[in-house]
Amino acid sequence: MLELRKDLFADERDDTLNVVGKSVQRQDMPGHVTARTRFFDDHAFDGLLHLKVVRSPHPHARIRSIDVSAAARAPGVKRVLRAADVPVNKNTLLSLINFGKDDEPALAVDKVCYVGEPVVAVIAESEAAALAARNLVRIEYEPLTPVFDVEEALKPGAPVVNPTYPNNYFEYHERFDHQKLRFGDVEAAFARADIVIEHRYQMSPIEHAPTETNGSIAAPEHNDRYVVHTCAQGLFFSLGTTAKIVNLESNRLHFIGGTVGGGFGGKVDSLTEPLAVLGAMLTGRPVRFVLDREEEMLYGSPRGAERIYIKDGLMRDGRIVARYVRSYFDAGAYTRLSSYAAIKCTAHIPGPYWIPNVASDIHVAYTNRCPSTAMRGFGITAVDFALEVQMDRLAEAAGLDPMEFRILNAYRDGDVKPHRRVAKNTALIECVQVAAEKANWPLSDQARRQSSLVGGGTGARAEIPATVLDQRGQIGRPESRGAPATGTLPAGAMRIPLTKEPVMEGTRDGRAAPVQVPRYAPAPAPGPAGPPPAAAASRPAAPPASSAPPFYPPAPSPAPVAPPPVAPPAAPPTQHGAMRFSSVFGTRRR
Amino acid sequence: MAKLPVQLRLNGADRATFVDPAEPLLTTLRRGLGDFAPKYGCGQGTCGVCTVLVDGEPQLACLTLAVACDGRHVETASGLADGPDMHPLQTAFMAHFAAQCGFCTPGMLTAARALLAHNPHPTREEVVEAISGNICRCTGYEPIILAILAAAAAPGARRA
Amino acid sequence: MARHEGRGMASVNYPIGMNLGGDPSQALIHSNPDGKFTVALSAIDLGQGMKQVSRQIAAETLGVPVEDVYVDTADSDTGPHDMGSFASRGTHRMGNAVIAAAREARGVLLEAAAEELEVNAADLVTDGRGNIHVRGAPTRSITVKATAQAAQFKQGRTIAGRGIFLLPLSAVDAETGEMNPNTAFAHACLVADVAVDDETGEVTVLRMTSAYELGRVINPRMVEQQLVGGAWMGMSHALYETPEPYYPDPAHGPRDFNEYLMPGPGDIAPYHVTVLERPAPDGPFGGKGPGEMCANPVLPAIANAVYNAVGVRVDELPITPEKILRGIKANGGVRPQPRRGGAVTWRPRDVAVPA
Ligand code: FES
Ligand code: FES
Repeated sequence: MLELRKDLFADERDDTLNVVGKSVQRQDMPGHVTARTRFFDDHAFDGLLHLKVVRSPHPHARIRSIDVSAAARAPGVKRVLRAADVPVNKNTLLSLINFGKDDEPALAVDKVCYVGEPVVAVIAESEAAALAARNLVRIEYEPLTPVFDVEEALKPGAPVVNPTYPNNYFEYHERFDHQKLRFGDVEAAFARADIVIEHRYQMSPIEHAPTETNGSIAAPEHNDRYVVHTCAQGLFFSLGTTAKIVNLESNRLHFIGGTVGGGFGGKVDSLTEPLAVLGAMLTGRPVRFVLDREEEMLYGSPRGAERIYIKDGLMRDGRIVARYVRSYFDAGAYTRLSSYAAIKCTAHIPGPYWIPNVASDIHVAYTNRCPSTAMRGFGITAVDFALEVQMDRLAEAAGLDPMEFRILNAYRDGDVKPHRRVAKNTALIECVQVAAEKANWPLSDQARRQSSLVGGGTGARAEIPATVLDQRGQIGRPESRGAPATGTLPAGAMRIPLTKEPVMEGTRDGRAAPVQVPRYAPAPAPGPAGPPPAAAASRPAAPPASSAPPFYPPAPSPAPVAPPPVAPPAAPPTQHGAMRFSSVFGTRRR
Repeated sequence: MAKLPVQLRLNGADRATFVDPAEPLLTTLRRGLGDFAPKYGCGQGTCGVCTVLVDGEPQLACLTLAVACDGRHVETASGLADGPDMHPLQTAFMAHFAAQCGFCTPGMLTAARALLAHNPHPTREEVVEAISGNICRCTGYEPIILAILAAAAAPGARRA
Repeated sequence: MARHEGRGMASVNYPIGMNLGGDPSQALIHSNPDGKFTVALSAIDLGQGMKQVSRQIAAETLGVPVEDVYVDTADSDTGPHDMGSFASRGTHRMGNAVIAAAREARGVLLEAAAEELEVNAADLVTDGRGNIHVRGAPTRSITVKATAQAAQFKQGRTIAGRGIFLLPLSAVDAETGEMNPNTAFAHACLVADVAVDDETGEVTVLRMTSAYELGRVINPRMVEQQLVGGAWMGMSHALYETPEPYYPDPAHGPRDFNEYLMPGPGDIAPYHVTVLERPAPDGPFGGKGPGEMCANPVLPAIANAVYNAVGVRVDELPITPEKILRGIKANGGVRPQPRRGGAVTWRPRDVAVPA
């Protein structure tokens, strides 16, 4: 099923490595086939207690009263936890990197914001006893009007889902109700375009559905610490979140995990660790908190839904001249990681293509459903669906074959992307060519001759265009969403310092390690040193400039290396201590 | 509720324990007898990660009452290898890279073992049928199907 | 009733590692007195193969056989900090941290060997089979084992290394979205062949053909695992999965695996992947990371194939029979689009099934 095309890009690789590139058996495979692999739940504890939570049946309701007396007296029950028992009962996952405000309780305090929100936890001698006692907890609710649609949620007067964000959106840079991307002038380009195509796309939520459900076991350990067997996808992420919520120093928690029965993003949120540890602290016994399948399916945060509008300006020769994307991430009731997905999505627009005018407005909206979180392809999967169906439509409108259309508009080495950085190490064209060949999908000679290495970074493709700016969508001012443009940023402008070199500490000389090390001594009977014989056939031939159709980018003239458009501002002072994501968005945690 | 005594043979060894009357075999094996090979995936009979053999027949341990296994022979994936020697299914799963997270693997191996015991030379369709109650979220099933077919072709595959 | 075949494609790229950087990974490596190495991490293996990827990268960098390296993860008492296994960051970020740690350990190893051989450490090379020798003079050699023993019991040296990899955090411009999001991107193009039943609205994926560019492939069989499993998930996302089938109306949600639909072992489609390797300049040996993007092109490719088959655009995932039938009805019947290309040039892997 898998075929390696070693001939492509061969001159960019050293293929003389010893074990990298070899199909060596996985270290964990013997454990898997003998069933010796130990997952978080495969640990025996004497006196193990089981924790189950009582969840809200309402999407949005005020809590009038909670009566746990019958549950606390039920057979086998050791302890009932309520919001007041949680030492720090408000958190947001990315607070560990100082991004966003604490907005989510471990146990609901005075209102519930989604069906399944945990309100009370019951800890008992057996799962059956915990489940039986769960039915004895009496909670009186006063239902509130819920909102389920992302665009409805952003309208004035919509029910407030999440009191920390009373306008139902995540706030970016303390200025806007969304994250902007602005590159060139899309409106002017739409006006000039031969064809303008606009469509709406939507992806419903998707469940991670790992075969192992979320869970953890926490137990008092010697040295006055707590050991936690966990399925967390980020060990220290979960440890830090737990330490904050139960208010313990991090070194009093001993997290063990790393062997997880599938995650796909659904085990980033520390759904069980804080309450399991709190239970162990309050009972002095090992506490196991594992979601059952129904809980995992309904209340283990899903891949969030997205609604996406794409508007494209197309010329009859097949060039896309403008793309505008407006999208709405459905965060559910609390932020979790959605705030970050919008940024990742912004950087991804307009997909792997070079388009001279691009803009996007990416919103994160709160609704009364289970909070969503990361999933395989986070921030990208839905927008890729939308972009690629839209590309199919555009190809049809231009009368071009979809493969040829992709190659025509593909980004190449040296092209400037709308987030104002130069694309390098691109390979979209080669992927299209190879897939077409294997699928027996005919391509024109010109399309087959194109290369990611050639034709990018020339003329307009190398330039940051003059860019129209606006102040639309100011926080708390929905009427500003349709406001006119406010000015133009001159061509070439850059305001964010270029990426610093990666830090790769640990080498003997303290310098970043070159990635192609170490070199091995040559094999016993080597030929004369030189490029491997395959190198000659290593890359697609550059298109002869004369025969390229006019709409393909011209082969580069040996142009002088362009200086960076504008000298980047001086790097900010070195930061010490914790990373300051607040500096990224200007959004301080409160 | 009073606990009930259960004696059973687990992977060839006689074992005894006390269980709640309504306790599923899965809980007894994992929490009572310490055999963690069968996993909890749903507790509803819909995922197959708890698959064990009871007197040679594949059963979902989450839906089987422990008391119903009194006096019977329960086999799990822990007992598939013959001491240090792996079963052909195990070597085939390794050779075909037929596990990623490995959580479905004990149940898959057990379902496959039951298939080969009854039908030493299954067709691809019969393999598919035999594992159709076992969910795998990682592999896309193809490597698992190939591994089972390869194991069937290997000598010694019928070893129960 | 008629069955209509159609073909669609999609091409995508995918960023590697946390957007904007700021996501460090650390690794520690030490040697037993006989030259066997342990790599201590707090990375998470979700099945994607983090342990084995780290192991191969460590063995390659140390210059020792892969069997001489084991990876221990994740125990917060012994494994140093790592952000976690998400955002396709494992291979790239942790791989680089492991390289840094292994280089440090290798440096000590070679110095210890140099002392035993009475040569300059800079003149030494490893053969990847457990020996260290003078470059160009394979007979002037010492085993890794003897070197480690000498370091431990004679020279008093620690053959160990520590490593961190960090892309420093970058900012985002509020007005333009200017940022330094990622340094490495992987690429893919996928062709899906489907059949659509115009009476039931059901879609059968007949086969998929793709090309992925993933930087250096660290372990081809493990890449195959990701891409094959990921394509299955993509097919599942495209056609079946959601807990809210009438989103944004939350009603009618599935509660278990009987109601939450996914393709079973009998529903899978033959799949052929070609992998291209354009090494990432800052990836470990040029590696990128295939774990997340492997599902992405499948969704639009199937949507486009459905359009090609019956002329219905389904713009809301999942592409259910209901939506297809409504689309056919709205169009006043099926409208097959032009056929694209011929039969694929590959065959499903032949499996010898004994008679
Ligand atoms: S746990 Fe028994 S079938 Fe899922
Ligand atoms: S290998 Fe993960 S569920 Fe099958």
